Order: sequence, then C-alpha cells, then structure tokens
Amino acid sequence: MIAQFAQLTPLLIIVFAALLLLVITLWKRNSPARLRDIPALTRLYRVLGLSIEDGSRLHISLGHGSLLDARGGSALAGLATLRIVAEKTSVSDMPAVASSGDAVLGLLSQDTVQAGYQAASVEEFYSHTAGRVTGLTPIGFAAGAMHISRNEKVSTTIMLGHFGAEAALIADASDRDSIPMIGASDNLSGQAVLFANTQDELIGEELFAAGAYLGAGTAHLASLTVQDVLRWLVIAALVGGAAIKFLGTI
Amino acid sequence: MRVITAVIAIATGVLILFGYFFEAFAPIQTLLLNWAVILAGVAVLVGIFNLFTVHMDKIRRGEKGGVYSALLIIGLAATLFFGILLRPQHSIMQMVLNGIIVPTEAALMGILTISLLYAAIRLLRRRTDLMGVIFLITAALLFLGSATLPFGDIPIVGTLIRPWVSQIWALGGARGILIGVALGTLTTGLRVLFGIDRPYGGQ
Repeated sequence: MIAQFAQLTPLLIIVFAALLLLVITLWKRNSPARLRDIPALTRLYRVLGLSIEDGSRLHISLGHGSLLDARGGSALAGLATLRIVAEKTSVSDMPAVASSGDAVLGLLSQDTVQAGYQAASVEEFYSHTAGRVTGLTPIGFAAGAMHISRNEKVSTTIMLGHFGAEAALIADASDRDSIPMIGASDNLSGQAVLFANTQDELIGEELFAAGAYLGAGTAHLASLTVQDVLRWLVIAALVGGAAIKFLGTI
Repeated sequence: MRVITAVIAIATGVLILFGYFFEAFAPIQTLLLNWAVILAGVAVLVGIFNLFTVHMDKIRRGEKGGVYSALLIIGLAATLFFGILLRPQHSIMQMVLNGIIVPTEAALMGILTISLLYAAIRLLRRRTDLMGVIFLITAALLFLGSATLPFGDIPIVGTLIRPWVSQIWALGGARGILIGVALGTLTTGLRVLFGIDRPYGGQ
C-alpha cells in the first residue's frame, strides 16, 4: 500500500500542480500582474524595444537541450520567450534570429518564429533561416552560434535553454564585440559561466520566468505563483522531514 | 489544422505521462517514444539541410565570413558523400574523424579553458558587488583546494575549507537551484500539456 502510494506520489504532485495552474490562471485573468524586480528580465524587456528602434538584431540562443529528455523544460521555456521576441521584432528591418544545437529544437524554433510572424500579420517576411541549427554537439553548436553575434549586426545575445561550459565561447565572442548578454541555463556549469559573463544574473527557476516578464499571458504569471506555492511546500517538507528525523533520534 | 495538431500533441503528452505510472499505458508509451526517436532522426536531416541553406545564403549574398561558410559546405558535402560511399566504419572515415573532427573539438575545449579563465578575470570589472566577490573567492578556494601540487594538499584549504565549501554550501545551493529548475520544468511542461504554449505552431 505504501509502495503503491510512493509510486503514485509524482502523479499526485503533477495533478495538484495542474489544478493549481488552472485555478490560478482563471483567478489572475482580471487582476494586474505584480512581479518582483529581476534586473536581467527588465533589461530583456527594454532591449526588445531598443532593437527595433536602432535597427539591430537580437540573437536568441536556445542551447542544445533535447526535447526527448529532462533538459527539454528549459528548451520549452526558451521557445516561449522566442515566440514573444519573434512577434515583437518581426516588423523590424533586422528580425531576431534563433540558434539551437538540437535538430528537433531547431525545427520548433522555426515553427515558433513563424507563429510570431503570423501573430504580427507579417508572415510574408518570414524566412526559415531565422531559426538555425548551428551544430549537433555542444562545442559544435557553440562554434556555430558564436559567429551569429559577430557577423549579423546583433545588439544583444539572449541565451535561454540548456548550456554547459561551452556557453563561455558564445559569451566570449559577444564580449569581444561589446554585445551585451542576457543568459540563463538549467545546467549548473552553464549557470556559473553565464553568471561570470553577464551583467545581471538569472539563477535557477528565473529562466522560466522570462515569458511572464515579457507579457506572454496569464498562464505564465500563474506558473510563477504555482512554482512559489510548490517551493514553499518543498521547504515545509524538507524542514518537517528534518524535524521528524531529529525528534526520532532523541 | 492548429486544433488538430494541438489535440495530437496533448493526447501524446498525456499518454506518455500515464505510461510512467500505469502498466497498461507502458506499451503505448514505448511505441510513441520510438516514433519520436525516428522523427528526431529525420529532424537531424532537416537540421543539416537548414545549416546548408543558411550558409549557402551567406555565400550568395557575399556576407562577412562567407569563406568559412564555403569551407563548411565543402566539408559537409565531402563527409556526406564519402560517408555514404565508404560507410562510417571505413578506415578513411575514421581517419577524418580522429584526425580532423576530434582534434578540432579538443582545440575548442582548450580555447574554452582560456575563455573561462578570462571570464573570471573580467568578472570583477563587470560586477563589483558582493555576489561577484563571493563567487570569485569561492572559485579560487575550490581551485586551490583541488589543485595537484608537488607538496600535496594546501593545509586547511585542501583538507578543511574545500570539502566544507563544496559538500555543504555548494551542494546545498546546487540542490536548491535544481529544485527550482525542476519546478520550472514542471509548470512549463504543464503549459505545453494544456496547449497554452504551443511550440509546434501558433498560440
């Protein structure tokens, strides 16, 4: 009985999170968004507008996370951000360009950019070269992506997805051309590298908050609330577990 | 069309999720995952075609770095042609792999080491806040504590401070970050499962 319950616990957590997400999405539909200040995401919002005004391009790098494994979450978060960026920059002379190190992710990035163009009613300007697969190994991907910032009049490099230490190559290329960077990774090595290379850091789950800060919709705002609720539950479980263990040893 | 793709994506996601918890759904989950692997293989071919068209465009427009694009396309075409003709196990193909591809990636790994070191030096110029200082001091302590030195471990740093920092502070912090990432992944996955985020087209 206990073993069965333990096996179903993850499903129960998923169902609980799903219900919470639905309820909070409906609840937040008419209430204004209140978000804490994350400097990197505030800057991301600002560079979106600036890139259109100064006729420069944004380079969104989605990393090399495969959607067939656990790294897909960060890739999906990157795609959600790309969708908004593509829509807002599609009318620019220099629309955003996305790079990825996974073939499936590359296909989805093209689809996402195209959806952004459709939403802005400028689908005729869409080019499939806006979503690129720059390499299929981490280093190969970085080697291909680092040249985009250098050669294509990029004003800001945005890295959201799964990156390891190879993120330093892209960051270094951006830095040589004085191109500001905003970056977040679900990988600890990648996070350390991006922390050292960016002006404002995005740590841990802040990667998944980009959509909410760029105005992706109520569901993204609700996601943040669900994450907060679940985080407090995890904290309570950890502290409670430690207390029970401590009391048990007395 | 978009409704149909959304229905297919959501149904597939739910069936694969159920496969993890209920035995009855396990064969369907395996079947769907096998299909996904085959489709991912096809996507690699599409990705290579995309790489080819991007670099062909660069050459045609005479963009900066067009020479490198030409080299990439020649390399790509030659590898594909000889790979199909000779098979990947052939000694010449192995020589190409071991003599060109592996050393090139190794060289990039070497550059990566320098880039990381340079990033650490630049860190204080970029951010002179408390977090930046803590980051650098921690990295320096762990580096000194882990370095192989002719006289063995540095007293206290190697034997006491490094294990204390890496196994208590760093491990605790890493777990906290990973829990946050897991929660973010969960809510992102749910949004896709509900069809709120549709990376497969439209929103």
